[in-house]
Amino acid sequence: MDHAETVTQPESARRRFVQFLLGGGLLASAASFLYPIVRYLVPPAAVDLGGDSVVAAKVGELKANSGKIFRFGSRPGLLVLTAEGEYRAMSAVCTHLNCTVQYRSDLREVWCACHNGFYDLNGRNVAGPPPRPLDSFDVHINGDDVVVSRRRGA
Amino acid sequence: MRQRATTETQSHGGRHGSKPLCFCVSVVALIACLLLPASLCAQAPSQPAKGSCVECHSSFPAPTGVTEEQWAADIHAQKGLSCASCHGGDPKDASPEGAMSKKAGFRGKPKRTEIPALCAKCHSDGAYMRQYNPSLRTDQFAQYQTSVHGKRLATGDTKVAVCIDCHSVHGIRPAKDSRSTVNPLNVANTCARCHADAAYMKDYKIKTDQFAGYSASVHHDAMVVRGDLSAPTCTTCHGNHGAAPPGVASVEAICSTCHVFQAQLFDASPHKAAFAAMGAGPCITCHSNHRIVHPTDKMIGTGSEAICTNCHASGDPGFVAAGRIHDDLTKLDESLKRSDDVLDKAERSGMEVSQARLEEAQGHDSLIKARVTIHSFQPGKVEQDTQAGMKVADKTYQAGLQALAERDYRRKGLGLSLITIVAVLIGLRMYIRQIESRNQSGGS
Amino acid sequence: MASPPEYAAQASLHRNRVVRWLDERFGWEQLLAPLRHKTVPVHKLSYWYFLGGMTLFLFMIQVLTGILLLLYYRPSANEAFESVQYIMTQVKFGWLVRSIHSWSANLMVFTAFAHMFSVLFLRAYTKPRELTWLSGMVLLFLALGFGFSGYLLPWNTLAFFATKVGTEITGQVPVIGKPLLVFLRGGEEVTGATLTRFFGFHVALLPGITTMLIALHVLLIQRLGMSVPPGQEAAWNALPPNKREMPFFPNFFLRELMAWYIALGVLGVLAAIYPWELGAKADPFVAAPAGIKPEWYFMFMFQTLKLIPAKVGPIDGELLGILGFGFAGLVWVLLPFLSGDRYSRRHVFIRGLGVFALAYMLGMTIYGYLAVPK
Repeated sequence: MDHAETVTQPESARRRFVQFLLGGGLLASAASFLYPIVRYLVPPAAVDLGGDSVVAAKVGELKANSGKIFRFGSRPGLLVLTAEGEYRAMSAVCTHLNCTVQYRSDLREVWCACHNGFYDLNGRNVAGPPPRPLDSFDVHINGDDVVVSRRRGA
Repeated sequence: MRQRATTETQSHGGRHGSKPLCFCVSVVALIACLLLPASLCAQAPSQPAKGSCVECHSSFPAPTGVTEEQWAADIHAQKGLSCASCHGGDPKDASPEGAMSKKAGFRGKPKRTEIPALCAKCHSDGAYMRQYNPSLRTDQFAQYQTSVHGKRLATGDTKVAVCIDCHSVHGIRPAKDSRSTVNPLNVANTCARCHADAAYMKDYKIKTDQFAGYSASVHHDAMVVRGDLSAPTCTTCHGNHGAAPPGVASVEAICSTCHVFQAQLFDASPHKAAFAAMGAGPCITCHSNHRIVHPTDKMIGTGSEAICTNCHASGDPGFVAAGRIHDDLTKLDESLKRSDDVLDKAERSGMEVSQARLEEAQGHDSLIKARVTIHSFQPGKVEQDTQAGMKVADKTYQAGLQALAERDYRRKGLGLSLITIVAVLIGLRMYIRQIESRNQSGGS
Repeated sequence: MASPPEYAAQASLHRNRVVRWLDERFGWEQLLAPLRHKTVPVHKLSYWYFLGGMTLFLFMIQVLTGILLLLYYRPSANEAFESVQYIMTQVKFGWLVRSIHSWSANLMVFTAFAHMFSVLFLRAYTKPRELTWLSGMVLLFLALGFGFSGYLLPWNTLAFFATKVGTEITGQVPVIGKPLLVFLRGGEEVTGATLTRFFGFHVALLPGITTMLIALHVLLIQRLGMSVPPGQEAAWNALPPNKREMPFFPNFFLRELMAWYIALGVLGVLAAIYPWELGAKADPFVAAPAGIKPEWYFMFMFQTLKLIPAKVGPIDGELLGILGFGFAGLVWVLLPFLSGDRYSRRHVFIRGLGVFALAYMLGMTIYGYLAVPK
C-alpha cells in the first residue's frame, strides 16, 4: 500500500490514464486474439472428405444416359450414368489441349467440343486429335452419395 | 568334318612318349573342327534355311553384297523365305554355277520396271499372304498402278519410286518397327530422298521444297517433338501406294478428315464459293500445304501479318468482318490475361484461388473454340464464343479482386490488432515507470 | 509486496478471498512465497535474460496453435496436403493459425540458439548450473526435432525430399545409422508410414519429453537463481552497495510481458504479410526438384557436408562430416564438465570456440543460401 506522500491531481489523472490504457489495451488485444480463435473453432460449411475422393453427385440426381461435370481437387471430372444404369467417372480434361470434355447422350460417348475429339466410356481416346486416354476414376455409392475416388494401385 | 584326326592317332599309336601328346593334339584339333563351323552358325540368330547365297554374298561389297545382319533383320527372312524366293536359283547348291543357274530359275537382279510385279506376286495374293498375316492388305500393287509413280513407271521412267525405294531391300522391316523406312516417324525422310533432291527432280516440273516446308510445320512438330504418331506425314495426305498429289478440289476433303469442324464451318461460309470461283484451294490458300505453321491471332484481321488483306481491300465487307473477328479474339485474350494476372497476384500474396483457376479454364476453352469458329468468317458466330469466354474471364477477374480485397481485409485486421498491442506496450511502459518511481520515492 | 492499481481495490478484495479459499486447499502460499522474493540482477547485459522466457513463450504459442491445427489436420499421405489446404482456405482464420505456427516455429529455434549462445558467452553454464545447461542442450535438440518432424506434416514436395535427404544422412552414422533410419522412416523409404510416425513424434513423444525437461529446466533456474556474468559479479563482490536487482514479480515480469507482446505483433505481421506457402502435393515418383534445401537451422550442417570431398583419405567424406558434428555436439553438451571452475582460464578458450561456432554457423547458412545449385 502506498504510504508515501499524498497523490497530487495531475498524478492521479495520469494514473487513471495509464490504468485505462493498460486495461483497455489488454482487453482489446485479448479480444483481437480470441476472436480469430473462436471463429476458427466453428467448422466451416464446406465438408472436406480428403484429397482422393469427392462426392460428385447425389443418387438420383443424374438421369440415365447423362453426364455431369464435378470438381475433383483442382481439376474438373466427368460423371456419367450410362443407359444401362452404370456409373462411370473420368478426368474431364481433354488430353489434346485441355478443353473440358462432355458426355454426348446421342452418341453415348465422351466428346470434346474444341476439336471434335472422342473418348469411349472407359476414357480411351477413340477418334480425333486426343493422343492419350482420360484418367478414369473409381465410383461407389455411399448411402445417398455418389463418391468418386482416384484409382488405387501402383 | 575331316577324318584326318583319327588316322593321326592310329598312325602314331604305340610309342610311349608321343602317344599322349599326339592324342592331346588330335583331341584339340577335333574339338577345333567341331567348333569352327559351329562358330559360323553362332553368328546368325535362329535361322531357317538361309541357303548358301548369304555365305558368299556377305563378303561382297555393294551392290551385290548382303550382310548377315541385314538379312537377319529382314521380315521375309524371319518368316522363313530365302533369297531364291525373289531371285530364283537353287539355294542348296554350294557352287555358284549351280546356285545361280537359269535351269534352277535364277532371275538375277530384277529390272526396276519389273520390281512391283515381282513383289505383287506374293503381296497381292490374298490366299498366300493369309499364311503369314491375315490382316495385311493385298491391294498395294493395284493402288500403285493408279499412282503417279506407277503410271510413269509404266511409260518406262525408271527414276520414279518402286517398292524397294521406300521399303528398302534385303533389310525390310515392318512399318510398326521404328527403324523401318516406312514407319510414320521416318516417312518424310524417305520421300525426301528424291523429292527434296533438286538435281534428281530437275526433269519433273514439281517443286522440291515440300520436305523443308513440312519440317517447319506444326504437323511435324506434333509427331517428332510431341511424339504423336497419329500426326500427318506425307503419306497421310498423299496416300502411300496410290500416291498422287491431291488436286485443288480434294485438298479440303483431305484436311477435313481430321479438321472436321473447320471444314464444316468453311463449307457454310462465303469463302467456299469465292475460292472455287478463283480456283484457290480451300485450307491451303491461307495455311499453305506443307509449311503449315502454328496459327496465331495475327493471321486473321487487317494487321501487317494478316492473310485476309491478301484479297480484301480496305472498306469491303470482308475487310470489316476480318477486323471485327480479330478484335473479338484479342479482347478475349486480353481479358483472360488480365484475370490471370490478378489471380497470380492474389496467389503470390498467399491467397488461395484454386476455384477461380478451375473456372478460368472454361474461359480458355472458349478462346480455343472461337479460334475454330473463325472458319465461318462470320463475326456474329465468333462473338458467340468470345462472349461466353468474356463472361467467364470477368467472373474470375472479380474473384481475383475479391481475393485481393480479402488480403487487404486481413492486413486491416492485423493493423487493428497491432494498434491494441502498441497500446498495451505503451501502457506497460508507463505502468512500470509508475510503480518503479513510486517504489524509489517510497523507499523499501 | 507489490500493490494492484487502486481502482481495482474492490476486485482485489474478492480476489484475495478466492486466493485464500484455494490456498486453504492447495497450500501453495508456502510454495509461492520464494517466488515473490525472486529477484533478477540488473546490469548492462540484463537484456539477454529475456531470451529464455521468449523461447518458452513461443513454445506455448506452438502448443496452442498446434492444438488448433490438430482439430482439422489429417496425418495420412492421401489427405495431409488437402487438410492443410482446407485449413488455409476454408477454415475461418485457418491461414492465421497455420502461418503463426510455422513462423513461431522458426522464431523459437532462433531464440533457442540465441539463448544457448548468450548463456555460453555470459558463462552461466558453470557449477552449479551444469544440469541446467544439460537439460537446455537436450531441449535445443528437441526443438530441432520438432522442426524436422513438423516440416514433413504438410506433405508437400519440398518437405518430402528434405525429409528423404535428412533421414538418408542419418543413415550414414556408423553402426546405429541404418536401424535409426528405418526407425525414423517407419520403413526403408519415406512413405505415408513416415508421415504417421513423424506426426506421432511431433504431437505426442516430443511434447511429452519437452514438457518434462522444461519443468526441470525452470525448476533449476528457480532454485539456483539468475547467474551474473563473472566480471560483473566480481565488481559487485568488491562493492556490495552497487549491486542492483529488481523483483521478478511484477517488475521483470511486466517487462517480459512487453517482450511477449512485441513477439505477438511480429508474429501477426509475418503471418498476414508473409503467409506460409502451401507448395505442391508430394509425389514420390517424381524426380527431386533441383536445389533441395533443408530448413535454415540445418543449412550449416547440410552445406558443410556438401563441401567435404567424397573421400578424405580412406574415410568416406559424408561420414567424416557426420562424425565431426556428432563429436562437436558431444563436446558442446559436456562443456560445463570440461571447463573447470568458474574463473578458470579455460573459459576464454571456450568463448573463442563459441565465437568460432557462431561465425561458422552463420557463414555456412548464408553460403548455403547464396550458393547456386549446379
